[in-house]
Amino acid sequence: MIVASRKSIAEMKEVLAGHDKVLFVGCGTCVTVCLAGGEREVGIMSYAMRMARRLDGRPLEIEQMTIERQCENEFIAELAPAAERNEAILSFGCGAGVQAIAERFPEKPVYAALDTQFLGILEEQAVWAEKCLGCGSCVLSQFGGICPITRCAKRLLNGPCGGSSEDGCESDPDRPCAWQLIYRRLKAIGQLDNLTEIVPPKDWRTSWHAGPRRVVREEHRV
Amino acid sequence: MIETEEKTTRAETQQCEILAFCCNFCAYAAADLAGARRMQYPANVRIVHVPCTGKVEVQQILAAFERGIDGVLVAGCLEGGCHFVEGNLRARRRAEAAQRILDEIGLGGERLRMVNLSASEAPTFVARVREMVETVERLGPSPLHRRRLESEG
Repeated sequence: MIVASRKSIAEMKEVLAGHDKVLFVGCGTCVTVCLAGGEREVGIMSYAMRMARRLDGRPLEIEQMTIERQCENEFIAELAPAAERNEAILSFGCGAGVQAIAERFPEKPVYAALDTQFLGILEEQAVWAEKCLGCGSCVLSQFGGICPITRCAKRLLNGPCGGSSEDGCESDPDRPCAWQLIYRRLKAIGQLDNLTEIVPPKDWRTSWHAGPRRVVREEHRV
Repeated sequence: MIETEEKTTRAETQQCEILAFCCNFCAYAAADLAGARRMQYPANVRIVHVPCTGKVEVQQILAAFERGIDGVLVAGCLEGGCHFVEGNLRARRRAEAAQRILDEIGLGGERLRMVNLSASEAPTFVARVREMVETVERLGPSPLHRRRLESEG
């Protein structure tokens, strides 16, 4: 799941400063689950922004709408009449959602209400943790299902750095050392031998370092 | 419910207006008891009867402020005494989130307060209401209300 957090009201006020009628668009998928940009959050921010602008002496008219997924054109199509009625759009979707809306409405200013952070999971109620960097060449099978690329601060592939203490990472003692976790997990599943293999430097060409990636599945194209 | 409260006689009294979300099992009963005992408390508090403070959403609190209410009180059961186990604890966290938003927009988180009391504590209810009224009077009327009055001429 994509995890994001809302920007400050000051930031939102700044980007919307030149507009008097704005459409606030929520997304019903990842950002609803991480409680950052769903229907409820859009509602709360609408109240907050209306009050903030009234306090500044320049009221803001807000229309709210939450669609199932902002990253798919099929769902964005529902926004067309509302987009037409408003001067600008403030998207509460992830970075992909904001861009998809901006592409769909080239004449309309589209702004981001959230800071998109990472691909992660819900660790406990209201706590999300990063688990995947989307590097494009997965090493999880080798490391017992724990990703050293994402979860080791130094992205080491051949064992721990030696700086960890009490199972905690050197850069943040509250964060577990990924290599400690990998060792325990491989031991538990009887695959410690995996660690005897030397892992060569990672080929980062599959990651975004070579520019934005694209996936085409020929068999499903029409 | 908030819409109805807005139409009260504020313009006549020019007093500050407080909205109190009162839990059925404690604050609402305490307010009732205060009435039965003929205890005096400021008349400018409007009570919204809720089944539990856990039912109060951040949006409802903000809606009250947007409509010009000067202060909001969320009154729930004593911690550990919620009939729905943790409704009042959730309400406290939500109230804190709403306070942060009120601070961010410049209205001031002090205008919102969460209090805990039991059904038998009529004097506590009265004291909490008085404290809230004092705070709001010190802060002055909500600037959103002032603007509403101005726009209404």
